[in-house]
Amino acid sequence: MTAIELVFYLFSTVLTLSALAVITVRNAVYAALFLVLAFFSSAAIWMLLEVEFLAITLVLVYVGAVMVLFLFVVMMLDMNSERVREGFARYLPVGILVALIMAGELMFVIWTKGAEKLPLPPGQSDAGANTALLGERLYTAYLYPFEIAAVILLVGIVAAIALTHTGRNPNTRYQDPSRQVSTRREDRVRIVSMPGAGSKSAEERS
Amino acid sequence: MSLTLAHFLALGGILFSLSVAGIFLNRKNIIILLMAIELMLLAVNMNFVAFSRFHGHLEGQVFVFFILTVAAAEAAIGLAILMVLFRNRNSINVEDMDELKG
Repeated sequence: MTAIELVFYLFSTVLTLSALAVITVRNAVYAALFLVLAFFSSAAIWMLLEVEFLAITLVLVYVGAVMVLFLFVVMMLDMNSERVREGFARYLPVGILVALIMAGELMFVIWTKGAEKLPLPPGQSDAGANTALLGERLYTAYLYPFEIAAVILLVGIVAAIALTHTGRNPNTRYQDPSRQVSTRREDRVRIVSMPGAGSKSAEERS
Repeated sequence: MSLTLAHFLALGGILFSLSVAGIFLNRKNIIILLMAIELMLLAVNMNFVAFSRFHGHLEGQVFVFFILTVAAAEAAIGLAILMVLFRNRNSINVEDMDELKG
């Protein structure tokens, strides 16, 4: 067994076990952390396939952004894990059955189509060539879909903020700079004439 | 037995089957359902990357790039909807969402 196979089997075992843990653990925080482990392992396998740019993007986007978002939401929500877990044992047999049938069918298709006869092609000697080629392809042939993807991300930002923003709480005290600037002297200072202040204090003393 | 395309496709298939099983098992918990969907997208991406590498076409990787973009937007909006849902019902149990039931 060569080193590259050893790496593949190691990381695919970790990936499969962590995926299994994601769907079976009781605590949603642990599920999110196991999903992080799954993304890391598959990024390593993509590195093995010399898909460096996408491997790094997977770690940056998924582990760095999406999973942190998941963790935030899991910790913000107060989940009743007992109530949410009910029905787990009831659906376990049908879930295992469907998964086994689906995996069997996929393996059947993979092995009858001769995918096992296609060996790993030799890698590129130039490190970083993958990123350069992918960038060139993205900015020429796929420029229009690339910009649409940017617009989709913008729509995602706007939608997420518009959904969760509830407006200003009426009880919150806040500064309004335009009102502060446009204030006049009459709003702040009131001059009252106090006749005989000294004699008043003398009366109080007596 | 050296590494072939079948190894990577099998890995993607196992991941996809596991996440389908996860949707069956955790059908009460929306947040685990969202995680299972992310896992499914990862399995599909694994197939795209493997085909792209073994056939020497870069288009598969371009497609994975776009899937990652759309999945990030989907996760953000899905979690925002989940927050609004929790704020309104104080629960994320799928069983409690039955307004559309006739």
